Amino acid sequence: MAVVSNKIKISKQDKILQIICIAVVFLFCILCIIPFLLIIGGSLDKEANITKYGYSIIPKTFSLEAYTVLFKDSTIYKAYGTTVFTTAAGTLSAMLLTVMMAYPLAQKRLKFRTPITFFVYFTMLFGGGLVPTYLLISKYLNLSDKIWVLIIPIMFSAWNMFLMRNFFSGIPGELSESAKIDGANDFQTLFQIILPVSKPGMATISMFYALGYWNQWYNAMLYLGNNSRDIFPLQYLIMDLTRSTDALKEMAKFTGIAVVNLPDSTLKMATTLVTIGPIILLYPFVQKYFTQGLTVGSIKG
Amino acid sequence: MDKTADKLRTKKKHMTVKEGFNELWKNKFFYLMMLPAIIWIAIFSYGPMYGILIAFKKFSYKEGIWKSPRADFYGFGNFRFLFNYKGIKQVFFNTIFLNLLFLFFMTAVSVILALMFVEIKNKKYKRITQSIAILPYFVSWAVAAMFLSAFIGINSGIVTKTIESLTGNKIAFYNSPKYWPAILVLLKIWQGAGYGTIVYIAAITGFDPGMYEAARVDGATRFQQIRFITLPLLKTTIILLTIMGIGGIFRGDFGMIYALVGDNSQLYSTVDVIDTFTYRALRELGNLGMSTATSFFQSAVGFIMVYTTNAIARKVEPDSAIF
Repeated sequence: MAVVSNKIKISKQDKILQIICIAVVFLFCILCIIPFLLIIGGSLDKEANITKYGYSIIPKTFSLEAYTVLFKDSTIYKAYGTTVFTTAAGTLSAMLLTVMMAYPLAQKRLKFRTPITFFVYFTMLFGGGLVPTYLLISKYLNLSDKIWVLIIPIMFSAWNMFLMRNFFSGIPGELSESAKIDGANDFQTLFQIILPVSKPGMATISMFYALGYWNQWYNAMLYLGNNSRDIFPLQYLIMDLTRSTDALKEMAKFTGIAVVNLPDSTLKMATTLVTIGPIILLYPFVQKYFTQGLTVGSIKG
Repeated sequence: MDKTADKLRTKKKHMTVKEGFNELWKNKFFYLMMLPAIIWIAIFSYGPMYGILIAFKKFSYKEGIWKSPRADFYGFGNFRFLFNYKGIKQVFFNTIFLNLLFLFFMTAVSVILALMFVEIKNKKYKRITQSIAILPYFVSWAVAAMFLSAFIGINSGIVTKTIESLTGNKIAFYNSPKYWPAILVLLKIWQGAGYGTIVYIAAITGFDPGMYEAARVDGATRFQQIRFITLPLLKTTIILLTIMGIGGIFRGDFGMIYALVGDNSQLYSTVDVIDTFTYRALRELGNLGMSTATSFFQSAVGFIMVYTTNAIARKVEPDSAIF
């Protein structure tokens, strides 16, 4: 009897714990998602409501005025073009650099492996800092106000490379050995044998890169002046919208609406939503790879 | 015995130049493959290191890095200027203080959330909530800054408005530095805690299920299992990640703080960190020497910190360091 009642007590306690966990996790998720809802609500509201009552998740009066202005103006299309191009070109070239560096470094028989690894590792510990980098890119490489400045300076990440190397290390050596016996050179082995079996790792790392490109504004802020507004990436466009009235003035000029009449607040929210749209849409599909790949790479480390 | 020792010794001996070339030739495709990345690293990572010289110079654009005259005070003038700069102590303090806050709260929230995620039995609920919790990690700080303004903006922020309607007070968050450490911590948790659970969940799911089985047979509740099995086992991971976190304590999160605060000088007293200071020294003050001196000092201290903490981490758990 005693044993049975003890068991019941346990299961009751476990049930309470289960409920607490579900509830707390639920609350955290609400916190995570509220900002997104607020942005959606804000972007669909009337400007007058926002000035009077503030932002709300459910719009007081449903209105598409912000989106009408946003899509009438060419700013958002140009920014989208820049971001899509830099993300695609950047991720592709970054993956190429990363994979071609990581694969050799995963080969134990390579004699210069250790010094080259240290050559990369050191850059994670120590760097030149802002001013020297700034001078290098703007003065010596002359990349200011060019779209390449959004691609080249972040085309390689030592961290991602080491993650990729760890993935490659997990692939049995027999695979490349047998390719070698068949007469393939190392390039062929990498691209025809190794990469096809490293899809989860590749997916994870390219997502890291793509996210970095999609979300970048730092280099745009440093190297793109006001006269290269045409190549502002999306995230910098948002920053510009919060910081200065320049972006609004441009929109006003283009759409023929006076600056004071622009739906300023709702427009900001609409722009923000439009820039994160693709991330939210793609997210459910890529998230699996993201967690999977990350754990494989970091735990074993 | 002696022979093997001899063999080992000859193996350890440095490679001759000829052997080096032989190795390069033998594995030429491998080294060729690495060349693009090596060139990139040489230019974009090692190139700027040469520019550190600016920290010891009176830099002028016209004369360039090498030809610019040496700074006064035996070349350390920029450093003297930096350490005498008004408010610089606050900047160093903010950097360390904010990072400690981030580290503590992020670890605590991530671990608790991870424990709860693992506990949840309904697979579908678990998957969906986990996806939502990680979602904020995917938006940039520029977007987060927009979110924040919708919450605490002076005129239409939902929080500001609510407080106003409840108490009649209008809180000007963007002019009140005292709120900002808390705001930054909240945002950091919002953005990264869900993401932070991934590594802990992976660790927990790797623990031996036999132990839990044994505890269950002995009549332990789930809570007792967490308390006496999961937490002690998780301790190593937590310690490890904390040690590594401490290594980065001298590096401010520029992306976050600048995107949220920008050039709002009213908030500097609590949020200005080394990285934002360095940026301002370049952009607003145009003092390239001091800016470089600051980041060099930061880099040097950061280097020692990361190196030491990594070494400690490796002692705690030999497998842990990535390198």
